[in-house]
Amino acid sequence: MIAEFLNNKFFLLAATFIFYLGAQMLQRRTGIKLLNPILLAIAAMICFLLMFDIDYKTYQAGGEYIDFWLKPAVVALGLPLYKQLSTIRKQLVPLLVSELAGCVAGIVSVVVIAKLLGASHEVIMSLAPKAVTTPIAMEISSAVGGIPSLTAAVVVCTGIFGGMAGFKIVKLSRIKSPIAQGLSIGTAAHAVGTSAAMERSERYGAFSSLGLTLNGLFTALLAPFILHLIGVY
Amino acid sequence: MILQFGLILFFLAVGEFVVWLTGIPVPSSIIGMLLLAASLKIGLVKPRHVERLSNFLVHNLGFFFVPAGVGLMNCLGLIADEWIPIVGAAVGSTVVIIAVTGWMHRLVRKSMARKHTGIRINENSIEKETEAL
Repeated sequence: MIAEFLNNKFFLLAATFIFYLGAQMLQRRTGIKLLNPILLAIAAMICFLLMFDIDYKTYQAGGEYIDFWLKPAVVALGLPLYKQLSTIRKQLVPLLVSELAGCVAGIVSVVVIAKLLGASHEVIMSLAPKAVTTPIAMEISSAVGGIPSLTAAVVVCTGIFGGMAGFKIVKLSRIKSPIAQGLSIGTAAHAVGTSAAMERSERYGAFSSLGLTLNGLFTALLAPFILHLIGVY
Repeated sequence: MILQFGLILFFLAVGEFVVWLTGIPVPSSIIGMLLLAASLKIGLVKPRHVERLSNFLVHNLGFFFVPAGVGLMNCLGLIADEWIPIVGAAVGSTVVIIAVTGWMHRLVRKSMARKHTGIRINENSIEKETEAL
């Protein structure tokens, strides 16, 4: 039966590539920024899986081969980071201080907004680490009683939003220095934001990867403590 | 290319080893990134040794997030129930993080420049200096 074949992991793996390429082509043809290829590929894949009644576990048998490259890709960010080392050393204090502020503001703001809008406790805990890259975020989420799979999804969506709107937000907040721009986008939108920053120039990308690194470190170390301080954990 | 793959995966493996050894709550990939940057700095690895693979991975980072995003399908019910706080908090807090990080960076740079030179520098001179970097 053909429906059974649709569960084949190589087929599902190839389908992911095809959906992504199709989405990329659509965005280029139409020139509409909102047609983000990551977002479209995710949406198309979910529709496809639901339509043919394939569960996520079956999909991940193929998807994990793409997932696998997340870690090497983060390691690869060491190269653009190295190229900006001298600037980083010169600005070490402002970088560390602003990063710390961004980390605390991020966790506090997400909890406060979610609470005001009436989120349940486990959703709040799942949202708390949403600004940092997936492996750290999922780790924190399960440590504080969130739902790791919800966290992963929110992390990806946050990244897509930050990548799409990041440069607009930076402009609206009148942040002019390219270093601060790259840094804040990486802080808010981890690796997906960084890839958007990388499209501008390698320098934006390097500071964005610095932002994602520092926020990842700070959040991993401080999140449970901050959540405890504001009384939700 | 084999060398490039080998090096990137080697640094990831060292990162995994550090995490395994110390049990620190930091992902192996971040440790690997820092070690790669450090090795490039001390000249142990030359940029051309990792450049091709590194550029490929870095420029396609978004694609590698697709399977994790598909995981959304596992919590569709929860999202349907609570989509307003989820979307509101994610969007609102992203704006807050970007603004706070950027503003704090400017504030600290300005106050540090004032301390060093004794004069108040304006935004333009920071921009000029930044461009020159």
